[in-house]
Amino acid sequence: MTERIAVVEQIMGANDRLAAQNRKRLDEADVFAINLMASPGAGKTSLIEHTVPALANEFSIAVIDGDVATSIDARRAAAAGARAVQINTGGECHLDAVMLQEGLDQLDLEAVDLLIVENVGNLICPAGFALGTHKNVLIASVPEGSDKPYKYPAMYRGVDALVINKIDLLPYVDFDMSYFQRGVEILNPGVLTFPISCKTRDGLLAWITWIRTLVD
Amino acid sequence: MHELPVTQALLDLALEQAKKAHAARVADIYIEVGQLSSYVDDSIQFYWDIISRGTLAEGAELHFQRIPLQMQCKTCESTFQPSEHSFACPDCGSEQVHITAGEELRMVGIDIERREQPEEVIR
Repeated sequence: MTERIAVVEQIMGANDRLAAQNRKRLDEADVFAINLMASPGAGKTSLIEHTVPALANEFSIAVIDGDVATSIDARRAAAAGARAVQINTGGECHLDAVMLQEGLDQLDLEAVDLLIVENVGNLICPAGFALGTHKNVLIASVPEGSDKPYKYPAMYRGVDALVINKIDLLPYVDFDMSYFQRGVEILNPGVLTFPISCKTRDGLLAWITWIRTLVD
Repeated sequence: MHELPVTQALLDLALEQAKKAHAARVADIYIEVGQLSSYVDDSIQFYWDIISRGTLAEGAELHFQRIPLQMQCKTCESTFQPSEHSFACPDCGSEQVHITAGEELRMVGIDIERREQPEEVIR
């Protein structure tokens, strides 16, 4: 004889609890943290390379870099002037709250104002794992195509801001900006959007100003 | 890859409920998985068989209910599942729509067996 117990419990509970602990730790040390997510090649590391030098005079910046195996991105972040910590996920396709916790352990948080977390390049899995960062940012890029919100809705759904990188390529690529933005608007109404080009530096000022306002 | 932590979280939830109910065994677990949460049933089952060993929930059957992405039109109020390339309402063409289902990832119930109670003596 079996007996049914009807209970509704969110399954991500454990990760979310850890993410909340990370957030508390960041808040106590007065660190503002951003989680940068994107597919491989969209420009996460390039955006960090442009963001860090622009703000390094005002804030102490750290970068936690999630990568499947290499440390190329962490070295680029360090070269840009940030304290960089590498987390090799050992094959995992995303960072989770435990991995971020391990990254935080390697930093003197009291000495950090702005923490940029570079997630693993992936448009599916990072969406499912809260880290405890204050803002979640997705970088889309023009060559990926304008159908991405329709194909990867979960990724677009939960972010606080959207960067559209490589806008200098718009004249050369079939990217229907209206179609793209209509999809985004349905998934994430009113989301803050920064069209930029890391190559020509177009739009970077607005992005950097936004970060500055958040950290201040 | 990421099904392992989800499976672990599911096991923790099921065992917590089983303990509360003084269960001897968990027989079935019911799970709702929304399309947007992008988890694969087979992978969860695979990890489940390994990590549930030696627990009250060993051998429990996992029942997945898949919930497709569902939207509702704000203009004509019809409810629909969007196509791969468009979120527009199939009835009136409006793009004034919002998501109403498909983001779930939750355990909605378990079936348990209780310890054998000594039966009343029937004369």
